[in-house]
Amino acid sequence: MTQAQANPATTVTARNVEVFYGDTQAIKGIDLDVHTNEVLSFIGPSGCGKSTFLRCLNRMNDTIAGCRVTGSIELDGKDIYHPSVDEVLLRARVGMVFQKPNPFPKSIYDNIAYGPKLHGLVERKPELDDIVESSLRRAGLWEEVKDRLHAPGTGLSGGQQQRLCIARTIAVSPEVILMDEPCSALDPIATGIIEELIHDLKEKFTIVIVTHNMQQAARVSDRTAFFHLGDLVEVSPTDELFTNPKNKRTEDYITGRYG
Amino acid sequence: MTESSSNSTPSAATQGWSVQDKVSASLRSRKRKEKAFKNLGLASVLVSLALVAILFINIFSKGIPAFWQTSMELDIYFDPQIVNVPEKPVQQADESFYDFDNRLQEWETELGFVNFNALINNAIIPLLPDFERSQTRFLTQLITSGERHALRQMVMDDPSVIGQTKTLRLLTAANIDVWLKGNIDRDLPDEQQQLPALVRDWADQLYAEGAIQNRFSTALFMNPDSRSSLASAGLAGAFVGSFYMMLIVIFLAIPMGVAAAIYLEEFAPKNKITDVIEVNINNLAAVPSIIFGLLGAAVFINWFNLPMSAPVVGGLVLSLMTLPTVIIATRSTLRAIPPSIRSAALGLGASRTQTVFHHVLPLAIPGILTGSILGVAQALGETAPLLLIGMKSFVASVPQTPFDQSTALPVQIYLWQGNELRNFFEARTSAAIIVLLMLMLSLNALAIWLRRKLEVRW
Repeated sequence: MTQAQANPATTVTARNVEVFYGDTQAIKGIDLDVHTNEVLSFIGPSGCGKSTFLRCLNRMNDTIAGCRVTGSIELDGKDIYHPSVDEVLLRARVGMVFQKPNPFPKSIYDNIAYGPKLHGLVERKPELDDIVESSLRRAGLWEEVKDRLHAPGTGLSGGQQQRLCIARTIAVSPEVILMDEPCSALDPIATGIIEELIHDLKEKFTIVIVTHNMQQAARVSDRTAFFHLGDLVEVSPTDELFTNPKNKRTEDYITGRYG
Repeated sequence: MTESSSNSTPSAATQGWSVQDKVSASLRSRKRKEKAFKNLGLASVLVSLALVAILFINIFSKGIPAFWQTSMELDIYFDPQIVNVPEKPVQQADESFYDFDNRLQEWETELGFVNFNALINNAIIPLLPDFERSQTRFLTQLITSGERHALRQMVMDDPSVIGQTKTLRLLTAANIDVWLKGNIDRDLPDEQQQLPALVRDWADQLYAEGAIQNRFSTALFMNPDSRSSLASAGLAGAFVGSFYMMLIVIFLAIPMGVAAAIYLEEFAPKNKITDVIEVNINNLAAVPSIIFGLLGAAVFINWFNLPMSAPVVGGLVLSLMTLPTVIIATRSTLRAIPPSIRSAALGLGASRTQTVFHHVLPLAIPGILTGSILGVAQALGETAPLLLIGMKSFVASVPQTPFDQSTALPVQIYLWQGNELRNFFEARTSAAIIVLLMLMLSLNALAIWLRRKLEVRW
């Protein structure tokens, strides 16, 4: 709390971001800073624009036909929507974990190795082996899979698959990891493991997580942002937002009046 | 209103009963309908199975005997008295090729005057104890006319056979085959029979003695079509023609179709133009194939001056026809790849092209192969467009290149079906149908096998 108030370093700075799907406006002028090495969670009812905003941060919205983004989003002071910025390079710096675990239908090893090989991060096989091992260790999966690295990644359980996807993301050493409801397809035990993992990952990465589960936001995040109908209603340190919301709409949502 | 009020007044128990009764009454009618629908479906399946069974039994019962054909093993003596030709010319050191060729052609013409029938007759006569010289002219009706050309070819290739005796297996004439297999009513009066009574007796006699045997017919597979020597008509020309066309389809339609599908599905922006293209591709798949034949005749033959009746034109036309099938199959395969795979690759920083080639295509290959092979099988069986580009003409040689005149398997079936000697060609046609069906079945089996083998489950 004290740290958050003491003018922390920001990694992502978004100003007046608007997103349109065709003629429909999904995001209405959002200003938001993501602080370095924090966990920031986005909460809000379905369709409030939290996932859309998240996908602006690594330009995944570019892949959707008819989607238009205005305003500025800066990563380390550089506009990521500037024409000179290659979205491919950007996505190597801003990794993403999806709602449904989506490992490639390849071996566990190849799942992790794909990103480093793609970006030419390694030259020799031992280096690659090191990256695979350290990524899996950091994702807390190494002990479970070290004897079957060449078994298909799709053969793992749901929670393991999601940790494999996290390991795959961190294998390219991004600065920011975006997580789009990473636990919504998992059981409570797997969810608990992922939440602990998020806590550990905070040391090295900046994490933005979208969640439907307010308890999860309360458990894992340093700050929480509440979205409603395309507006960013409130962003505060997590315990403040849940105990003493400044905005009436936030209070209604967290006390269960709607959502 | 009155009904609802009267319903609400009785006690709960009686109301419960009436609801149960109504439900069970409706249940009975529901079950009856379900049963009727199920039986209807079962009946239509059985009817279609029965029709397929009738078709197959019909084709196979007619066609399978045609894979065996009557032939005679004869000791042919290349009598120098009959094959009375000078020595085969050899090119002299001081002789130009032109002069040599002239001399060679003279020699070959002389060889053409040789009565090779006499060689065959001399080999048959000892087998017929009651033979009289006046019956000589009937002897030629036993062996099909193509065999005497085969003998001439033997001498032409290697004149040293003159004076030797060779044991050769010669095909009997088509009418002998028909007679011995009972494909003509043996009780028909003499004037309606194709063969004179004497030749029929000879055939029966030789067959009973084992001189004429019913052997597996290599002629059906090794020979091109023939009209002068019907018994030697075979599928080789049509088979090679179809083979060239399938090669063209495989190397033209499949890469083009797959590339177009990948572009449209993975890269093209979704707008009016791509909508129009999509509608047009779907419509092309529904265009009657004969229209593609017209297009081929107009564009490839009239405009590009490609040869008529050539597999190259047939292949191009069939490629055009197969293209929409391949595109549609590939697109639906690509669409079935879970979008989450694409998101995963894009999210890691792969470009669109990398995403397609590293992740989407490997998963789509089984489906693409299946669609392509089925498209090729469809092209293999296509007849109508080939008729319009002249591939229905009679071609008595095996095409050496795709630019030579040729027929195709389905067209050969069509041609044989129309042959005048029905008794012989009805079975021959069914045999050709069996060959085509087997090719199609093996292509489909290959498609299934490839899909099973390459499929990645996720």
